Amino acid sequence: MDPLLEVSGLTKRFGGVTAVDDVSFQVGKGEIVAVIGPNGAGKTTLFNMISCFIPPTSGHVNYKGERLTGKKIYEMAHLGISRTFQNLQIFKNMTVLENAMMGAHIKLKTNVLAAGFRFPVVKRDEEEAYRHAVAALESVGLKHLMDEKAGRLSYGLQKQLEFARAIIYDPEFVLLDEPMAGLNDAETRKMSECIVNYKEKGGSFLFVEHKVATVMEIADRIVVIDFGHKIAEGKPQDIQRDERVIKAYLGEEAI
Amino acid sequence: MDFAQVVQYLISGLTVGSIYALLAIGFVTIYNTTGILNFAQGEFAMIGAMSCISFIGWGFPMYAAIPSAILVTSFVGLFLERTLIKRARRSTPVHMVVITIGLSILLKGIGMIIWGTYPKSLSPIIHAAPIEIFGAVMTSQSLFIFIVLIMLLILLYLFFDKTYLGSALRASETNPRAANLMGINTQSMSALSFSLAAALGAISGIIIAPMTDATYEMGLMIGLKGFVAMVIGGMNNISGAVMGGLLLGVLEAFSNGFLSSTYSDAISFSVLLLVLFLRPMGLFGKTSGARV
Amino acid sequence: MSKLEAKLYGPRWKPFIGFIALILALPFFVHAPHIFTILILIGIYSITTVGLNLLAGYAGQVSLGHAAFFAIGAYVSGMATTKSAISPWAALLLAMAITFAVAWLIGIPILKLKGHFLALATLGFNIIVYILISGLTDYTGGALGLNNIPALSLFGLDLSDPLHFYYVIWALAALVILFSTNIVRSPIGRLLRSIHDSEIATETLGVNAAKYKVYIFALSASFASLSGSMYAHFIHFIAPPTVNTSFSILLLIMVMVGGSHSIWGAPLGTAIIMFLQEVIRNVSHSYLKISGPVEIVVYGFVIVLVMMFLPQGTISLFSRLDAAFPRIRNKTLKQETGG
Repeated sequence: MDPLLEVSGLTKRFGGVTAVDDVSFQVGKGEIVAVIGPNGAGKTTLFNMISCFIPPTSGHVNYKGERLTGKKIYEMAHLGISRTFQNLQIFKNMTVLENAMMGAHIKLKTNVLAAGFRFPVVKRDEEEAYRHAVAALESVGLKHLMDEKAGRLSYGLQKQLEFARAIIYDPEFVLLDEPMAGLNDAETRKMSECIVNYKEKGGSFLFVEHKVATVMEIADRIVVIDFGHKIAEGKPQDIQRDERVIKAYLGEEAI
Repeated sequence: MDFAQVVQYLISGLTVGSIYALLAIGFVTIYNTTGILNFAQGEFAMIGAMSCISFIGWGFPMYAAIPSAILVTSFVGLFLERTLIKRARRSTPVHMVVITIGLSILLKGIGMIIWGTYPKSLSPIIHAAPIEIFGAVMTSQSLFIFIVLIMLLILLYLFFDKTYLGSALRASETNPRAANLMGINTQSMSALSFSLAAALGAISGIIIAPMTDATYEMGLMIGLKGFVAMVIGGMNNISGAVMGGLLLGVLEAFSNGFLSSTYSDAISFSVLLLVLFLRPMGLFGKTSGARV
Repeated sequence: MSKLEAKLYGPRWKPFIGFIALILALPFFVHAPHIFTILILIGIYSITTVGLNLLAGYAGQVSLGHAAFFAIGAYVSGMATTKSAISPWAALLLAMAITFAVAWLIGIPILKLKGHFLALATLGFNIIVYILISGLTDYTGGALGLNNIPALSLFGLDLSDPLHFYYVIWALAALVILFSTNIVRSPIGRLLRSIHDSEIATETLGVNAAKYKVYIFALSASFASLSGSMYAHFIHFIAPPTVNTSFSILLLIMVMVGGSHSIWGAPLGTAIIMFLQEVIRNVSHSYLKISGPVEIVVYGFVIVLVMMFLPQGTISLFSRLDAAFPRIRNKTLKQETGG
């Protein structure tokens, strides 16, 4: 089977520092792949290159055989790739419902003139966005809060909202930047549940995460990086036994 | 093209540029400590110039009038920060732009009530014979301005580098959160930066007043020039602001001399737009990032 | 209006009906010619501030350069009708098209900037346009301005009569308000607000945010051009001081004082600032015998106070008033549209 996402030889240098050095791996359809590594290992830089936020010094990323590197951020969604942010980027001054409706924006056809002249397409679009939004809010259990201002939700709920917004338009591939960061145990479980649920609906994931225990539970495969290098890749149980990983990462945790 | 003429333009450009540089330093100080671009910075220059003229009118000798005017202005800066800016710090950038614009209008209005609408003049601060350099003439006023700029730069360097207060201010410029954790009160740093910027504004107003008359509405344009100087130079450091100010002054002097005075401001602002579009971190700025 | 629309954006026609009633009623009460002139100017400026509100209030992009677009409208109309035989209405449309194009071109680089820098860059653009207008004396009349700009007529209706002009300008303003309200009450309005909150997140949802920012910038610029043209035909004269940066600043202040979270904030703010200026000017000149623009003191003070204590603008007082009367409507709607 052809891989969905193909990372080949990604390298990023900042001045004299090599933050990410020649990292390659693949994500197959229906897989959850996690990237882990100690603090400062280069996870965020790697993630930002894959999500087209920063250009790599060398190497590239392909998605379904198409070159992803060099694409504009907004073009990713049109390829079916969605993402969330480590430092939460929800629309704080909009309601939960409106946040979710923005997630469905890509399916809509209204343009500025059609909106100004109130063409029938506006009403159709609004109803479509509403339908998608309500369904997604229901699936993550936020429907009862849909008229709240998003900025007034608790941090955990905001993270869930961001996740819901990312999957509303049925993307095939979702990039998650530390989805569990700042969540308590119950919230972490809830988030894992949401991720696994969406996988069962056919979604694939790549995520960067700090909480190793959760990663071991839900990831199909794990890529470990340290000092910008990929030091291991494999199934969770193999990673747990990998000596280099234990030395670089789990050893540190064990102490 | 006459060499002496070029030198002459250069001198007058650097003279005006020094004043822009002082204003730009004020902008940089406030912007970096508080994240606010203070549109009322030019009004500090107006208050400085006008109050200096008033003090002299009351019979103060020059050496007492100037420090008093600077003190009054920095007190105004402090007062504004404590009463208004402090409360408005959570506002969005759009609100902050409008608040400082509102402040500048308010100060301009108060200036008009106190000092009236007629232009006032300040006699040159020092009287000495002009010096001749390469066939060009440097007035004592120009020389005085250069000396003031250089002395202030030395003082600022000493302040930021050698005093605790200065390093605290600089720390809260680079990383406000870390500074806060280190026990530096970023709140009082904000107050300090406003009074410092007001004092610098006052000095620039006092030294520009003998060259062009002072009016209650002088603030807007010279404030804008300081702003432009800061953006051209790069906003994260004082030396960039100084370079930006001098460059802007020279650019104006030459476009005034070789093209026409009508279009000289148009050229300055076109350069501003070009810098913003092509090098948003400023010509002498280090890294971009928060800028765009 | 569908239930979903009501749920998302509140009532559609209620404010509009109140507005139309007010516009129709005012001429019966206002007879002093100079107050009537102010009502007309409020109508003219509202067209600009409504557009600026879409840009600054909704999309969160500050412009301190809208006087420049107002100027392009006024000058294209003025030049076309005094120096050539083009019909005034054709000139007005031409001016809007030119302004749209200019704003689009300048908008592409300028809207890459954010916050204070966008404000400064648009201010710089305004200054450049102002200087060009003052300098190109052969076309614009330079500092003397353009005189004798003819009055408009519409289907034989003579608009040199202030009452006629009043109705026409407010009808135009109503159309602009309607158009803008429609934008705001649509996925596009939501998109503009999402750019305001987080541009980066908006982009990851598949929206080319830069394109929309430029589009709204150009659209609001052409509204400014429309009001500039109408201004030129109403006053019959246009000169550089009318379109300098302080006018741009004034426009932004009108939007912010009125309230940037509702289209209605723009005409409200325009009216407040215009009357505030007028009242203070009257009081200070006739009673306090102070010369000079004393109004700016009060006016600066009002701006600072409103921004600090009513950041959502004076229009938010209306919604507070509204909220003071509990409504059952919302609750029932939730149940009806919920499934």
